[in-house]
Amino acid sequence: MSDITLQAFLAQLTIGLIGGCFYAMLSMGLAIIFGLLNIINFTHGAQFMMAAFLAWIGLTQIGPWLGQPDLQVNFWLALVLAPALVAVFGMAVERTLLRRLYHLDHLYGLLLTFGVALVMEGGFRYAFGVSGQGYEPPEILQGPVDVGFMLLPKYRVFVVVASLLICLSTWYLFERTKLGAYLRAGTENPRLLQAFGINVPVMITLTYGFGVALAGIAGVLAAPIMQVTPLMGGSLLNIVFAVVVIGGLGSILGAMLTGLGLGLIEGLTKMVYPEASTVVVFVIMALALLLRPAGLFGREA
Amino acid sequence: MRSRVIGCALGLSLAALASGAVAADKVSDGVVKVGILNDLSGIYSDFTGRGSAVAAQIAIDEMGGMVLGAPVELVAADHQNKPDIAANLAREWFDQGRVDMIADFPTSSTALAVMEIARQKNRVTMLSAGVAMAAITDKCSPLSAQWMVNTYALAAGTAKALLKAGRKSWYFVTADYTFGHSLEKDAAAMVEAEGGKVLGVSRHPFPGGDFSSYMLKAQGTGAQVIALANAGNDTINAVKQAAEYGIGRSDKQVIAPLLTYITDVKSLGLAKAQDMYLTEAFYWDYDDRSRAFAEKYFARMKRMPSASQAAVYSAVLSYLKAIQAVGTDEAGAVMTQLRSMTIDDAVIRNGRLRADGALVHDLLLLQVKKPAESKRDWDFYHVKAVLKGDEVYPKPSDACPLNAKG
Repeated sequence: MSDITLQAFLAQLTIGLIGGCFYAMLSMGLAIIFGLLNIINFTHGAQFMMAAFLAWIGLTQIGPWLGQPDLQVNFWLALVLAPALVAVFGMAVERTLLRRLYHLDHLYGLLLTFGVALVMEGGFRYAFGVSGQGYEPPEILQGPVDVGFMLLPKYRVFVVVASLLICLSTWYLFERTKLGAYLRAGTENPRLLQAFGINVPVMITLTYGFGVALAGIAGVLAAPIMQVTPLMGGSLLNIVFAVVVIGGLGSILGAMLTGLGLGLIEGLTKMVYPEASTVVVFVIMALALLLRPAGLFGREA
Repeated sequence: MRSRVIGCALGLSLAALASGAVAADKVSDGVVKVGILNDLSGIYSDFTGRGSAVAAQIAIDEMGGMVLGAPVELVAADHQNKPDIAANLAREWFDQGRVDMIADFPTSSTALAVMEIARQKNRVTMLSAGVAMAAITDKCSPLSAQWMVNTYALAAGTAKALLKAGRKSWYFVTADYTFGHSLEKDAAAMVEAEGGKVLGVSRHPFPGGDFSSYMLKAQGTGAQVIALANAGNDTINAVKQAAEYGIGRSDKQVIAPLLTYITDVKSLGLAKAQDMYLTEAFYWDYDDRSRAFAEKYFARMKRMPSASQAAVYSAVLSYLKAIQAVGTDEAGAVMTQLRSMTIDDAVIRNGRLRADGALVHDLLLLQVKKPAESKRDWDFYHVKAVLKGDEVYPKPSDACPLNAKG
């Protein structure tokens, strides 16, 4: 492996960054939900998958279903609509099911969301099979762009820019605005916040919806890269959970930086010894738990 | 579905009574019962699943629903790709369900489990979807047949054909578990034996996710062939992401997935899959006979049959014909009859069942069409060559005791 050129190195690093963007978006959503609801959201992967499927349905299926073959929900619309729909679905689950579990141990929320995820995956599998569906990126983002050291598909450049924007604005919203302050106060002392006239239950529902919407955006962004299959979220989720644990449960900035960092590390591992590319994430998780049990960015309790 | 199958069976048994046929004592329990055991809901359900039961029913219908004056019945169940579930279902079918033969098994571990039970209970297994080499080597059984193909023949088929066409330098992208390793090992051995060279290997965790890193590395070596020793969604994602980076789009470098079904190509779409080389045991549009079968299948499923679904048809048809010829459904006698027949039907050509259970027959070397060349849905392949079974199947292995005698 001594023959790695600088060019190849940069190329692999870039690919790692793209993976890291997905980890960052997904783990931020998880961190937000855990931080404010104390729920370990195992439905996250299924919600990611659902958004990708909605985008695909919008692009290829909805026209024929409605008898109007020309009708299409394009990528840009899907990027807004699909996460919104998934968020509404998520909020319905929160209102009807999750809400009943807040006073119980974390484990119950975990089991419930895991069950919901299985039902969702099963439903999509039944309806659309398992081999999956292809989703074409919009025409303007097709083809490669020369970034100096490699030919990078335009769409991947777009993914990096879009997800960094989304991550940074989410961080800003939660850590630097008044709304964010309310949300954080809601986790510290919901009763006191309620006394100030804030409707805490609605706030919690909306927060869950927001976390789910982040998964949804990631899902739509992933549709042109990965085959859209019922299983696409499940396999990603394990790593994303590791990211959240390393970053510190509930830390939004931690989730984002860890996500990007692990993407890069994974990319480099793929170059040197691909067999270990998944394992390396969990090795880092084990080390982080040993050395800093609250996570790299977590506040020690 | 189940009620329809039962309804069918009921109708057939009534017909048998009405015709006054003496359901001969040649047939155990007065009925020949075929079981389809596969994945009805999971990751292998697209190329086996319900379609396999439909293919079996077509074969039964072609025999008039009867053999030796006894009705033929069909049952199907989901083994969920778990050997313990498969074993329990098989025991129940053999002990109480009067099932004489079980076919399909997309997961090889389920096949190996049921083969052993069937052997103890003197029943037949036919692996139409199970492709593991173990079934014809150290775990071989006199009452079992691997009806479609095995990993060696698939890998060797593609490798040999590409090497012959002068593509000598190879790079492997391999799923990092037993299946991927054995696929890679067989193909790499063929490459080296024919004077080719393996330039590198990337072994990726299973399941893979993002393959662009490996594909770029493979491209960078300048290998003439990027061989994918993986399957299903891993293969699909690797090909899809290679297309994104424009890899495999020139004649200098081609992508060759070593285990691909037509359902994978359907899922990828021709724009992404075009120009790939692959080997399959069956392609519906090969000739008039294969098309005739495929049209029957399409009328019921609204999809074209995968190679393994087609192999179920051939397996059931051959099994029933063997019973007809030998005059009993006793497992040993039927297997002996199958071994003495030349298998030649809509799906399997020039087939000969070996002592170790390998059905040696012609395979097809295929190249995926460009979108402009495809005239209709499912018109996916150019048939580049017919690979003679003797050239691509592995030699009988010493690990299988059945090979020692002959």
